[in-house]
Amino acid sequence: MTATLPGDAPLDEPIALQRPTRRQRLRAVLGADRKAQVGLAVLAVFAVAGIFGALIAPYDPNAMAFDMLTAPSWAHPLGTDDLGRDLLSRIIVGTQVSLFVGVSTVGIALVVGVTLGLLAGYLGGWLDDIIMRYVDLQWAFPNIIIAVYLVAVFGNGLTNVIAAVSLAFVDDFARVSRSMVLSIREEQYVAAARTVGVSDFRIMWRHILPNATAPIIVQATVSVSYAILAEASLSFLGLGVESSTPTWGLILSDARSFVSRAWWLGIFPGLAIMLTVLSINFIGDALRDYFDVRETAG
Amino acid sequence: MAALLEIRDLGVEFRTPAGVVKAVNGVSFDVGRGEVVALVGESGSGKSVTALSVLQLIAQPPGRIAGGRVLFEGCDLLALDEAAIRHVRGRRIAMVFQEPMTSLNPVLSIGRQMTEALRLHLGLSAAAARQRAVALLDQVGIAEPQRRLRQYPHQLSGGMRQRVMIAMALSCEPELIIADEPTTALDVTIQAQILEIMQDLCRRLGVALLIITHNLGIVARYADRVNVMYAGRIVESGPAAALYRRPAHPYTVGLLNSVPRLDRPRGRPLEPIPGSPPDLHLLPAGCAFAPRCSLAEAPCRIAPPPLRALGDGQASACFEVERLLAGVPA
Repeated sequence: MTATLPGDAPLDEPIALQRPTRRQRLRAVLGADRKAQVGLAVLAVFAVAGIFGALIAPYDPNAMAFDMLTAPSWAHPLGTDDLGRDLLSRIIVGTQVSLFVGVSTVGIALVVGVTLGLLAGYLGGWLDDIIMRYVDLQWAFPNIIIAVYLVAVFGNGLTNVIAAVSLAFVDDFARVSRSMVLSIREEQYVAAARTVGVSDFRIMWRHILPNATAPIIVQATVSVSYAILAEASLSFLGLGVESSTPTWGLILSDARSFVSRAWWLGIFPGLAIMLTVLSINFIGDALRDYFDVRETAG
Repeated sequence: MAALLEIRDLGVEFRTPAGVVKAVNGVSFDVGRGEVVALVGESGSGKSVTALSVLQLIAQPPGRIAGGRVLFEGCDLLALDEAAIRHVRGRRIAMVFQEPMTSLNPVLSIGRQMTEALRLHLGLSAAAARQRAVALLDQVGIAEPQRRLRQYPHQLSGGMRQRVMIAMALSCEPELIIADEPTTALDVTIQAQILEIMQDLCRRLGVALLIITHNLGIVARYADRVNVMYAGRIVESGPAAALYRRPAHPYTVGLLNSVPRLDRPRGRPLEPIPGSPPDLHLLPAGCAFAPRCSLAEAPCRIAPPPLRALGDGQASACFEVERLLAGVPA
């Protein structure tokens, strides 16, 4: 058979094969989304605080003074704590670790959890049984208890806290992605991809995963807030990052005995956590729109 | 010369809670090079399962190839391992599915999906694959192919999506295209266009076409040869023209009588086949069609009739075929 498709013939004129690049699409989605812009702006402020930390803090975050538990004033915009430490400086310096822990734990948990969920859902069989029984086991314990246990065994410190908190969140991602895969793998376009000769790995990666992004992103944005709070809980129990590093969680837990007398000690670190979480949620919504090509008709 | 695709005594079983179901039972037929062959049957007759088995696309379990061989250019496809069959899929044998709405991945652009096979099987660069995709879309009659490549499936109509599927099937110059109910989900006007394009391109490029359908109109117009399936077996096979002129199985006769035809007097009522298709869990010992057949005699209920040649390439699996052809009304 020597028939050739007309496709083999040279085309008369070169065709400009441009399509909207990812960057153009991202810009289009963000340009139309006010909330995402606000979220990015807020996160940018926190990022600056996180990067420059001690350089821009008005005081040494650990320097004690005699003006203890003073209300917000010009000298101390957010007030001072029970040891006379400047709250604004502590929050600014704490940004770095809190954001880093929040984002990196979710990042690790997402990669590991989604991989497990994809394998379990797509391949099924004994692998599914092993992975999901493990996930069930983890599901039976509150995340924070797993994190406490791991930190207690392996000791505290930034790396161990991140490892412990991310492991504690793996099961959520595995469960969400597996349930998506179970329904998506029955779709005819997956069968169609197989008939074209696409390998299992590529089907999982290129054909199934892009269809499962929306719930995974939602799960990720929610988890960031829990991760920041989990770090706070570990700090509260004395199992967090070393106590010389102020983190938002640590500041909050230090404040627990004084909030009735000094409202600012509870409000401001809480506000920092809330703003971060809200911003990440806004950005998460925009990302979901970006990944959902069906909403960008035209 | 041996046929391109030779299916020999294929059996496929499914394990279900109610027992093992023989969805395909001793099916044999050939598809020659460049030939258009139709596999006709109602839902559950095993025609799709037969087609999927060719490319090892039956989910195992619950499915199982119980026996037989599928020879493609003399090579048994059922004996190939996963890596080897992947090189056949899409490259040598391509498929077009029933639902163009769901056969394209909603979140990948048309271009991405079309170039995947080209890059995978032909090793083309991204630019070369795109250029070829443009040419292929043009060939199946899609205007502004460059723009379409950038679009997503939801931005295309059903007919256009099926054209895209056909373009994808043709993309790696396969020797055989299996089309599983290619037009069932489309409007009647679009159906004709799609079939014309498919037949035209296959003839021009020398690609063999196996059409799986329940639509006898499609068979009459486009197929060279026809295999009629009932309850997992082929009950009649032969050239399309002969099958219409002289149906040699009561089931075929029943099918032809139950669709409106322009060559019959108007106003004549359609004659449906009495009864309903058999439960594959409880197949009768004899001919599966016997309970619905007016010609059935004692032998029909004892053992399934073998496919017997009648000359002119026609064959029928009916003990009473002589009486049928002699004009006893079925």
